[in-house]
Amino acid sequence: MPTNTGPTRTVKALLGEKLGMTQVFDENNRIVPVTVVKAGPCVVTQVRTPELDGYAAVQIGFGAIDPRRVNKPEAGHFAKAGVTPRRYLTEIRTKDASSYEVGQELTCETFAPGAAVDVAGTSKGKGTAGVMKRHGFHGLGAGHGTQAKHRHPGSIGGCAAPGRVFKGLKMAGRMGNVRTTVLGLTVHRVDVDKGLLLIKGAVPGPTGGVVVIRSAVKGEEPNS
Amino acid sequence: MNILDALDDESLRDDIPNFRPGDTLKVHVRVIEGARSRIQVFQGVVIRRQGAGVRETFTVRKVSFGVGVERTFPVHTPVVDRIEIVTRGDVRRAKLYYLRDLRGKAAKIKEKRENVNR
Repeated sequence: MPTNTGPTRTVKALLGEKLGMTQVFDENNRIVPVTVVKAGPCVVTQVRTPELDGYAAVQIGFGAIDPRRVNKPEAGHFAKAGVTPRRYLTEIRTKDASSYEVGQELTCETFAPGAAVDVAGTSKGKGTAGVMKRHGFHGLGAGHGTQAKHRHPGSIGGCAAPGRVFKGLKMAGRMGNVRTTVLGLTVHRVDVDKGLLLIKGAVPGPTGGVVVIRSAVKGEEPNS
Repeated sequence: MNILDALDDESLRDDIPNFRPGDTLKVHVRVIEGARSRIQVFQGVVIRRQGAGVRETFTVRKVSFGVGVERTFPVHTPVVDRIEIVTRGDVRRAKLYYLRDLRGKAAKIKEKRENVNR
């Protein structure tokens, strides 16, 4: 067993589907831009314990799936937990993992209005993107005789020394479609009936994308 | 119905009269001063309406002490207590930005004649 002290924080988390953005009015009649996320219902499929697995975590499942599409090993895993198969599984490392029970349902009531959360998802794919879009380079001049190099990176290194291009140099290439986390968002409203979370601000991914909503890592105050 | 539409419906107001650019409105605005709140009337000509649904806004222009003042309100904002239509204007454009360059009598908008028999 490794000398892993395990997670030191209590983390609450849910899986959800991003439904899109809109705006609502708050109690001061100000406009709040919100992302609507259909969060949950999630089900606990496994509880990881330090004794057995070496770390404490909760495995939660979310989303409907055609039972015929679940392969035998996965079907067995869900059968062991005594729940119907779910499309997505994720593990949440949390100190209080032992307080969860297999088969327990988690709804959007996990989060109270005003809670600080981090939201992780797969960002929209941008395809092949240049250095200005991908890395925020400033490009070359728009005028003053710049010839068809307006959005180029400029120099990518020396000449005879070092005689090569350094590894990891920022260049054009595939952008997006990677896991992205937005930290320090605020839960603006919780709609228990419809199972919706209204999260102030934007969250990664397209409409219909799956996101993980977790208690915020940094501080209690959202950095607004 | 789409869930997002249902959510927006909660914010939409149904007590807003139909008005369009060129109309003169009295917008009764709730103003909060310290602990007290009172109603302030902003009267002027609608020079644009833009957007749709919950994020639709309109802009009212008036000339106050010789200075043009424009205020933009979300159509469905709770800040607006009520909207009163003073006159219907007869205009041919959706965006009346040309009013900004006109003053005095030239900036006056013709009133719409309704129920005219042809």
